[in-house]
Order: sequence, then C-alpha cells, then structure tokens
Amino acid sequence: MSVLDAKIPAGPLKDKWANHKAHIHVVSPANKKKLDVIIVGTGLAGGSAAASLAELGYNVTAFCYQDSPRRAHSIAAQGGINAAKNYPNDNDSVFRLFYETVKGGDYRAREANVYRMAEVSGAIIDQCVAQGVPFARDYGGLLDNRSFGGALVSRTFYARGQTGQQLLLGCYSALNRQIQKGKVKVMDRYEVLDVVVVDGKARGVIARDLTTGRIERFGAHAVVLATGGYGNVFFLSTNAMGCNGSAAWHAYKRGAFFGNPCFVQIHPTCIPVHGEQQSKLTLMSESLRNDGRVWVPKKIEDAQKLQAGTLNPNDIPDEDRDFYLERRYPAFGNLVPRDVASRAAKERCDAGFGVNNTGKAVFLDFKYAIQQLGRETIEKRYGNLFQMYEKITAVDPYHNPMMIYPAIHYSMGGLWVDYNLMTTVPGLYAIGECNFSDHGANRLGASALMQGLADGYFILPYTIGDYLAKDIQTPKINTQTPEFEQAEKEVMERLKKLYDIKGTKSPDHFHKHLGHIMWDYIGMAREEKGLEKAIGMIADLKEEFYKELRVTGEFSAMNNELEKASRVADFIELAALMARDALDRKESCGGHFRLESSTEEGEAKRDDEHYKYVSVWEYEGEEKAPKLHKEELVFENVELAQRSYK
Amino acid sequence: MADTILKELTLKIWRQKDAKSKGGFETYKVRDISTGTSFLEMLDILNEQLVSENREPVAFDHDCREGICGTCSLFIDGRAHGPDDDVTTCQLHMRRFKEGATITIEPWRSGAFPVIKDLIVDRHAFEKIQQAGGYVSVNTGGVPDGNTIPIANDKAEEAMDAAACIGCGACVATCKNSSAMLYVAAKVSQFALLPQGKIEAARRAKAMVAKMDELGFGNCTNTGACESECPKSISIEHIARLNREYIKAKLKD
Repeated sequence: MSVLDAKIPAGPLKDKWANHKAHIHVVSPANKKKLDVIIVGTGLAGGSAAASLAELGYNVTAFCYQDSPRRAHSIAAQGGINAAKNYPNDNDSVFRLFYETVKGGDYRAREANVYRMAEVSGAIIDQCVAQGVPFARDYGGLLDNRSFGGALVSRTFYARGQTGQQLLLGCYSALNRQIQKGKVKVMDRYEVLDVVVVDGKARGVIARDLTTGRIERFGAHAVVLATGGYGNVFFLSTNAMGCNGSAAWHAYKRGAFFGNPCFVQIHPTCIPVHGEQQSKLTLMSESLRNDGRVWVPKKIEDAQKLQAGTLNPNDIPDEDRDFYLERRYPAFGNLVPRDVASRAAKERCDAGFGVNNTGKAVFLDFKYAIQQLGRETIEKRYGNLFQMYEKITAVDPYHNPMMIYPAIHYSMGGLWVDYNLMTTVPGLYAIGECNFSDHGANRLGASALMQGLADGYFILPYTIGDYLAKDIQTPKINTQTPEFEQAEKEVMERLKKLYDIKGTKSPDHFHKHLGHIMWDYIGMAREEKGLEKAIGMIADLKEEFYKELRVTGEFSAMNNELEKASRVADFIELAALMARDALDRKESCGGHFRLESSTEEGEAKRDDEHYKYVSVWEYEGEEKAPKLHKEELVFENVELAQRSYK
Repeated sequence: MADTILKELTLKIWRQKDAKSKGGFETYKVRDISTGTSFLEMLDILNEQLVSENREPVAFDHDCREGICGTCSLFIDGRAHGPDDDVTTCQLHMRRFKEGATITIEPWRSGAFPVIKDLIVDRHAFEKIQQAGGYVSVNTGGVPDGNTIPIANDKAEEAMDAAACIGCGACVATCKNSSAMLYVAAKVSQFALLPQGKIEAARRAKAMVAKMDELGFGNCTNTGACESECPKSISIEHIARLNREYIKAKLKD
C-alpha cells in the first residue's frame, strides 16, 4: 500500500459522510475544555473553524498577520457562494453540484470530499442567514440566486458584489462572541513561521510578533492551517499583498506532503496590467459574465487602431465584433469555466486581437445588457464593481466596454489532506484554500467560499474530535522542550541569515523577478523546455537572492522588509516545486495547460490513462529532490469524459 | 483617459519610530510617477528608493489593495483616504494630483488609535466594540432553513448598506470629537433591520455604546463629517437608528 491513506469511508457516495460521522470518536464536553487548538489564518475557513470549535468547548488560539481577523483576504471575494438548495426549482441537487464541481475541476478532485462539500452546502446558507448576513432577497423576501460559470443552474447566493465580505463578517461576529466568552484568543499581527512536531505529532507553532519582532512559541494539542493560497508567488495576482505560503511551506518541510502544487487558477476577468509600477491586480467578479459579453474585433486593423488609441470601441459595429466565447462555446457562451475563458482570451490576444496599448486585454461589454434591462438594473447588480472599475481605470463602464485580462487568482493545489482534512503529519490539519482537496485542476466560481465554510463550520469540528479523543489524557503542551527550542532557533537563524546578507536589492526586486519567471513559463501555457528553463532560472534567482538581498530597518522591531524577505525566500522554494510538478504532469487539465497536450481545436487534452492521480510531494531535505507519491483517483460515480462546454 | 507622467512630487510624511518615540514630518521627493499608478504604489516607489539609499522605508498599513479589507488608512492633505470621494487610500490614483504638488501624509489622529510606527495605528479599540455585542448569538448548526426567515427586499438592502462598513476608522479620524458613532451604528443598524438581530437588539445597543464610551471615543455632535469621508458612503441615518435603538433599550431598563 502507498504511504498515502486518504481514509475515504467505504459504502455508497451518498452515505459516506453520514456513516463516517456515526463511527468516529467524539470528545465529551468536560474533556473539550482541556484541549487546545491553534488555528492559523482567520479567513472563511480559519474564522469559521475557530468560532465553531470554541462553541464546542475547545480552547482556541487564532493567528492572523493582519491587524484584525476581519481583514483576511476572503473579504475580497465578490460574486457569491454556491449551495445546492434548488430554491429556483431548476433541477439542482447535491449530486448536480458534486458532478459539476468534479467536471469543472477536470476530474482531478477526490469524489468523496467533493460530495461531502456539496452535501453540507445548504447548511452553510442557513448558518449565514441565522448570523444576519444580508444576502440579496427577492421582492417576496426569499433568498435570490444568480448564475456562475460552469454551472447549468442558478445556485449562487450573494450579497451585492461583496459576498466574501459579508460571509467573513458573519464568521467574525461568531468569533467575537467567543472572544468575549474567553474561548478564543486572537493573536493579530502575528506571523506563523514554523510548525513544531513532537514525537511525530503537530504540537504547536513558532510565530513572530510583527509589532515587536519577537519570536514566540505556542503549544496546542492540534494545529490547523487555514492560511489560504500561494498565488503571490507570481508577484502580480488578485491576492492581498500579505498573502503568503510560508506556514504551509514550512509545514511541508516538517513532513506534510504537498498536493498538486502546479494547479493554480488564472481568473479571466481582471483589470489589465497598466505598467511596471503595478503592485497587484484587481479582480472583476465572474458574476459580470452573467450580463457582460466578451469580445474582440474581427478585423485585425480595428485591433491595431484600438492598440494605438485611435479608435473608439463603441464605433465598431456589431457585425465586426467577434464574441469569441459565444462563437466557440455555444452551450455555455460567456459562462464557460475560468480556465477555458482565460485561455480563449490569451489565444485572441496572442493572435494580435488585443484591445489596449499592451495588446493584452479583451472587452467585457454591458451595452447589450443595459439596452435590454436598463441601466438601473445593471447598477443594482454590479454598482460597486462598476465604481471600482472606474476609480482604477478612469473609464466609465456604463458607456464604454470594460477591458479585462486573465490574472492569477487562486491555488487549487495545497497541502495534501485525507478525508478528515488531516495532513500527513498527525494532528496537523489544512482547511480551505490551504489544502488541495476539492477543486481538482480548476475551481468553479463561488466555490471557494463554499469550501472554506464547509471545512470550518461543518467538517473539521467533527473530524478533529476523532483525533483529539485519543489525546484527552495529554496535559497542556509544554513549550519548554528541546523540540520547541530547536524550532525557534531555526526560525531565528533563517531570519537572521536574510537580515545579515546586507546586499543591495530589496525583497520586492526579487519577488518581481520571480513573478516574471512564473508568468512566462509556469503561467497560462506550459511546455517542457520552458519549465526546464524556469527551474534553472529559479535556482539562479535563489542564489542571487542569498547574495544580494538587502533588509533595512531593525531586526527586533516592526520591520515590513524582513516580513517580505522571509515570504519571498519561501516563495522561491515553492516556485521550484511548482515547476517540477508542472513538468511531471505532461497532460493538460484545468488550469494546467501543457502545449504538448492539446486537441486540434486548441482545447486542453487530458490523459486519464497516465495522470489520473494527485501529485503528492514529500520533502526530502535541502539538497535532495522531493519525492513524488501518487494518490490514484477513483471515479465510481461520474464518468470520465473530455470536458466540453460547446 | 491616457496616463501621463508626474515629473516630480514632494511628500511630507509623518515618521515615528515606535509608540513611545516622538514623531515628526520628513520630506521626500519622488519622480516620474504615472497618473495610472495608485497612491500606495507611489509609496512603494518611494520605499524602493529609500531601500536603495539604505534608509528605512515608510511603514504603512495595506493589504487587499482593492478597497475592501479596510487595512489602509492615511490622512492625505488633510482628508481621510485622500482627495477622492468614496474610495479607500489603496483605490486612490495619482491622476488626482497635479505636477509639482506637495502631498502631506499623516496617520489617523485619534486618542483611541495610538501610532505603532510611522503611519500605522493600533485599531484594537474597534475590535473590543464588536466583541461587546456585534453579533447574533447563534452557534454553528441547528439553525432553521434560510428561507424560513423572509426579509423584505428594501430592509435587506438597507441592512446591506450598513453592513458594507470595512472598519477602516476614517470616520473616527475625520470626526473632530473622535467619535466612533458611525462605526457602531453600522453594526447596530444592520442587525436592528433584520429579524435575526431583533431579539438581542436592546442588549447589543447598550453594550456596544458603553464599550465605545469606555474606550475614550468622543461624542457625536452631528457634523456629518464621518459620512462624507466614509469610503463606503455609510449614511448618518444609521446613527439616527442607533440613537433610537439605544433610547428604546434604556427606556426598558
């Protein structure tokens, strides 16, 4: 048997979770009070888990690098959250949500996990409503739904274009209630830099107090990582500036295996890059594709005029517009999944039909929807997004088409977890975007919020009990032990090493350079030669980084440059693993597009015979190549088919 | 609108080593800034320049850079979040500034928000107010189906207007009394408008107002400055609703 045991319960798909819950251990209320849990990250996954575990009686310490748990990047999710409520009577069901998620993920997710997420999706909506989340309502007072990419039904619940914010504030309110009760302690402006393993079990973390620069130890009976994704490895992404992969990366180095690191999502509708001084990219919600039509000119001379700024797009007649998504994918049209829409945009721009001065943008036009539905309706649906667009670009999207281009948005890959959401280190869990489990090679829109809250509210609180039930005799974790001392020393040395280089270039300099390598060779299109080249370039960059880095400021004080340096050091190593993983997977699937593996029409060509597995990487030491394990994916309930949205 | 280049700008920035040290303004120059650059990207450029001169960069709070996390602050030329309306500092763009301008950048000024370093302030007081009662007391699980709680569309919309608060603190920084009324009102009003929040409405209003007073925020004198500087345009009508909720609660005592 492989070293990987996914612990998927036996029995029919629809009974797995119920049977599993019936058979796992439960900790008594009296014992829960004696058990401590550390949760790293306070977004939807971490925040919901922290509140729910505290309600059950566990003592929770939650960490976030922000100054408040309310600011975690889940806050920026715009469009909505999926749930198989079937309120619109359009034949939705748990099975359909499960099926569409597996298909949307290009058949690279684990059936049992995805089904369970779909199963609890309805309860998430109920929970959020009970907390007072102001979801959009129909005039009769009932909950409203909208459509999202890759789905044939309307199952997305939303609160204007601020759904993530409202769900997170719901979580945050539940968290505040537990803080008030003394059951949760929040360590804000703290960054977790390592996981401490004692006798093979995760027993704590080492964190840096970002205000004072002090390195501190924290012990607990179990550790939960809810640190989000690592999209910032690309420098430019839709992630917040502080989002990073450091805690997950060091968990990997402590023995947690990493699943599918090369699976990152490129979101098709972001505001295009404006220039070299750009620090981040802004997403325009996928929900806009409900009413916006994507197009580029049919005639290359029109495109050239747009690029030169001598033609107004509104002057191009309809017959000269190429609505390429509607043309190529008549069944789904503008609502094809994200990976498909992104590649189609790149294809048109690479062919010379880009519409802005860099040639890297396409139009998303609301003219037609405004003609049909009136400005007021569009304003009601997307007002805040339109305002955001205008503030950033100084172009009014009510009168001119928006310009959009794909950008890095989400990581489907992450720490490998079993059905209980536990990593390969006993007592170390990974939830939300931080794990690899539910989205395969491509995530559908409005499913990130669903997964984060499914894990935090309804899955982890059950599965962690099964582990902790065996730990009720373990006293409070003592942090004055050689293991904690060693881990603290290693963190200190790591930071000191960066601080002492005293070179000439800032952390951002290296981060930008890394981003260029990633985007050019491990971005929307990948091929063997490019990946090999990238691996060499990343190694060179690492060498230069450790020679030329400059960290200004004081070591033991608030120091943003040191924070950045530490994150970039980890991103560089993670980038190398992503490249290695992308090289191994010679098929195309979801967001991972290998030029060598495409159909005649330029669509991604999956290779189920050779690659129907999760790539699971084990760290083997600084100087050694990581070891690849494979979790074979078994599909008993969906038939594998070439994904078609035509 | 095509971007142009601002050849030179002068920045007067508040520098302060830590909470205990005395701070003061320092003057810097930045050059060749595109008008398409965001204000924080302009500060990134300044910081790169400082690092290249082996000087310590300016510390400022920021994270999502799309106007929703509420991390960024900054008093720019005497206005919270700068000279544009309905935006946070991270959404402010350099096209709002003229060639050769001198820009003054300060942290939020309020006794309840002490400076931690340079432009970064401590907003824990906001956390404590929420902990005092900014929630509906429900545990995870065992709640009714979402559609068993119908809510009129206009009530849900109004609750959403209030819930849009990002907790940045511009209202406090702008208010001559350093009042946190708009911030407290946003949460109390959201829940007061919804059936889920009604049950605890009295306790919530009293607890949050008491905590606000305890933490040293000033009183509201209805100047409306908070509303006009709120990046999310939260209306002072919510303060009126807070007052009604508070009086209702007190009358029941």
